[in-house]
Amino acid sequence: MDVAQLKRQLFEYTTLLFHEGFLDEQFTQLQQLQDENNPDFVVEVVSLFFDDSERLLNELAKALDQQNTDFKKVDAHVHQLKGSSSSIGAQRVQRVCITFRNYCQDKNVEGCLKCLQQVKHEYSLVKNKLETLFTLEKQILAAGGSAPM
Amino acid sequence: MGMAAAESRFHVLAVDDNIIDRKLIERLLKTSSYQVTTVDSGSKALEFLGLNEDDRNNSVSPSISTNNHHQELEVNLIITDYCMPGMTGYDLLKKIKESSSLRNIPVVIMSSENDSSRISRCLEEGAEEFFLKPVRQSDLSRLKPHMMKAISKDQKQEKHEEDKDGDEEKEEEIKSQRHQQQQQQHHQQSSPRASGNSKRKAMEDNLSPERTRARYSDIAAMV
Repeated sequence: MDVAQLKRQLFEYTTLLFHEGFLDEQFTQLQQLQDENNPDFVVEVVSLFFDDSERLLNELAKALDQQNTDFKKVDAHVHQLKGSSSSIGAQRVQRVCITFRNYCQDKNVEGCLKCLQQVKHEYSLVKNKLETLFTLEKQILAAGGSAPM
Repeated sequence: MGMAAAESRFHVLAVDDNIIDRKLIERLLKTSSYQVTTVDSGSKALEFLGLNEDDRNNSVSPSISTNNHHQELEVNLIITDYCMPGMTGYDLLKKIKESSSLRNIPVVIMSSENDSSRISRCLEEGAEEFFLKPVRQSDLSRLKPHMMKAISKDQKQEKHEEDKDGDEEKEEEIKSQRHQQQQQQHHQQSSPRASGNSKRKAMEDNLSPERTRARYSDIAAMV
C-alpha cells in the first residue's frame, strides 16, 4: 500500500472511532498539541494512560474484593480513572466511570462489580483500537510519509 | 530580578495528582512558551515555593520535575487541580493567599466538576480563574493578563519603595547640612547653602521630572 492509501485508511479508521464514541474531541486536542518538536506526544500520553489505568483497575479489583468495601477508596480510584479517560478523550470509559461513581455513592457492591467488568471491557476495547491507530501511523512513517495526522 | 531575567519567560507552577493531567498541562503551557514546573501535591507545591508545610516532607522527591534550576526562579502563576488527596487545590489556594510572600502570585483552579458553589468559593478566596477540565489551548490565553498584572503591580511596589528610600536618604543629608549651616558663622553661610540647594534640586529632579517640566511651562505660559 502506498502512503496515500495508508493515510486514507488511517483517516477512515479514526473517523469510525469517533463515530462509535470510543474517542471524542479531546483526542483531537491531543493531536493538535503534537508537532515536529514533540512528535511522540500522543503516544506518550496514551501510554501513561494505559499504565495508570491498569494500575487503577487492579486497585479496584482489590478494593471490591474486601469483606467490608471501602467505598471512599473505590470512588477515589474511579475518580482518577474518570479524569484520565476524560483527558485523553476515551469517552466510553469515562461514561462507565460516571455510572460507577453513582454506585459508589449508593454503596452498592453489586452495581460496582458490574461497572468494574464494564469498565475493564471498555478499557481493553479502546486500548486495542488506539494501538491499531498507532500501528497505522508507524506504517505511514515507515512508508516514507510525514506527520501522520 | 535575578539570572532568569535574561530569558524573560513566565514561569508557571502546575499542581495535579494525576500523571496524565500533569503531562497534558505541561504540554499546554509549553506551547504558550511558558517555563513549567509540575508537582503532584499541594505540599510539594508549598515546598517548591519556599513555604515549609511541616518537617515531615524533608526530601525533594522525583515527583517534582522542572526544566530548569528551581531555586532561583520566581513563579508567576500557579495552576492547580481542585480534587487532590491530602491538601486540596482550595486548601493550597488559602495557604498561598495567607502568605505575605506568596499572596501576589495569581492562582488558577482546575476541576472536572462544574460545581457553581465550588467555583464561587474559589473565586471568593482569591483565585483568578476557574478552568473546567480537560483544559484546552483556548483556555490558556486567559492566563497572560493575570501574570502581566502581577508583574506591573510588583514593579510599582518596588519603585515606590525605592523612591521612599531615596527621599529618606536625601532628607537626612539636607537635615545634617542645615544643622552645619546653623552652627557656622554668618559670613560662611553662602557656600554650604549653595551645596544644600543643589542637593535639594537633585532630589526634586529625581522625584518628579514631570512636575518640574510643568512648572517651567507654567512660567513660560505666564510670560
